[in-house]
Amino acid sequence: MLRFITAILTSLSAGAIYALMSTALVLVWRSTRVINFAQAGQAVLTTYIGYEITIRTGSYWYGLMAAILSGALIGAMIDRFFLRPIFKRVKSGPIVMIAPVVATLGLLGIIQAIIGFIWGLNYQALAAPVSTDGYKILGTVIAFSPFNLMVLLSVTITMVLLTVLFQKTNIGLALRASAYSPEIAKLSGIKVDAVRTLGWAIAGAAGGLAGMLYVPDSYLHPNSMDVLLVFGFIAAVIGGLDSLFGAVAGAMILGFAINFAATYISYKIVFPTAFVILILVLLVKPGGIFSSSKGRKD
Amino acid sequence: MSLVVENLTIDHGAIRAIDNVSFTVPAGQLAAVIGANGAGKTTLLRTLSGLKESKSGVATWNGKSILGVRPEDLARSGIMHVSDGKSVIAELSVKENLALAGLWRKDKKDVVKATDEVVELFPILGQRMSQAGGSLSGGERQMLAIGRALVARPKLLLLDEPSLGLAPIIIEQIFKTVKSLVTKMDLTVVLVEQNAMGALKIADEGIVLNLGSVVTVDSAQALLNDPAVRAAYLGF
Repeated sequence: MLRFITAILTSLSAGAIYALMSTALVLVWRSTRVINFAQAGQAVLTTYIGYEITIRTGSYWYGLMAAILSGALIGAMIDRFFLRPIFKRVKSGPIVMIAPVVATLGLLGIIQAIIGFIWGLNYQALAAPVSTDGYKILGTVIAFSPFNLMVLLSVTITMVLLTVLFQKTNIGLALRASAYSPEIAKLSGIKVDAVRTLGWAIAGAAGGLAGMLYVPDSYLHPNSMDVLLVFGFIAAVIGGLDSLFGAVAGAMILGFAINFAATYISYKIVFPTAFVILILVLLVKPGGIFSSSKGRKD
Repeated sequence: MSLVVENLTIDHGAIRAIDNVSFTVPAGQLAAVIGANGAGKTTLLRTLSGLKESKSGVATWNGKSILGVRPEDLARSGIMHVSDGKSVIAELSVKENLALAGLWRKDKKDVVKATDEVVELFPILGQRMSQAGGSLSGGERQMLAIGRALVARPKLLLLDEPSLGLAPIIIEQIFKTVKSLVTKMDLTVVLVEQNAMGALKIADEGIVLNLGSVVTVDSAQALLNDPAVRAAYLGF
């Protein structure tokens, strides 16, 4: 019973972190139609920035703020100074679909190399602001800690804030309109390019938060977010790539599948489980379980 | 105060879509651009609203060039383009669709007033406010698309085939409304239509396009009575 409850709790906190990554990927995908592979690089870079600030100030919270803010800034800059020029130059043919994605893949490598130069390739540890020792229930220590609880709460709050932003504010309406139909949004007087950059900023901030919540239970290394990118991507695909609700639901499905497989079968099948789910979804419902629309309308 | 197009040439890939076209629409007038499918009507409108680049020539609104200006900036300066058939965001509610054209406006009171006026003009939209744009009928979508443009308080309205795919009775209603807007809202309208008869009946001026070139520019009344135009475009 205790094992079951523990599996549920760890699934939730793992799913929460995947949800941040899948949300970041979905925000970029639906506004720009690019799968942003650089997201793993952005998130690890902001985590190094957060790590540096944490060490210098002695406060994880300052580090967290720095990671989120730098995440927003880096995301906006990538859209404005990297992708927008590419979109301007590449206008027709199959390369339109491929060039930006390959560009983000290249950017991922560049960011990771830069991190290697600055911080080295050693594994670093980032101390969590609250205990990472599991709670003790009836004399047994379970694999769920106060830090995991903090992860779960911060992601829940973030998702509520994002939902309010998107559904209840004018900026959210502009973000949604620009994502669903850039042309109609432009013809209505909305500065779609600027709105898109804002979407990248929000995605970057979500990635910044993801890194700071992931690394204390893991380690910091230029490649430490790669796994999260893969899981976030699978979660986004399960959710249909287009909706925030789908991104979160997909992340939770993945979190539960992975952690239950690890608890009851073997930790060795964590990766196979994730990919089997991905393939099943693509075979049975390629549009994703929660996709609302049938694709982009121009 | 007028829309002036001079020697405008537009390429569509390797094809010349608009070839050396010139016409003037004085402010407060409704001009109908008619012609067969492929005459370049939609391309012309998309260029005037900034969606498409031109090859050469001039287009000005009130003396200011509108070529090379971004569509969102043209929209903000009072030139609203209602593109053909699909100018509604299906995923957003009717209310949200209308709100889009007022998001950037400073005068929020007037946005509310303009929205109320749209609902007065198209009462059916008032009953559908919280419904998704995608759930509307073809006629309702067209009303919503025109309504959204009006929320921006435009001076120049570019309408692309508002009659496309609609029942005759709805077409008549929409044409009548468009006609009434010219005086009621102090608008200048460029109406692109395949339904030449319906368009010329409400227009002040008619511009006949064929294969990217202007065939005739005349008063709508004169075109309706012109035997050559009747034979080629009106079907009798």
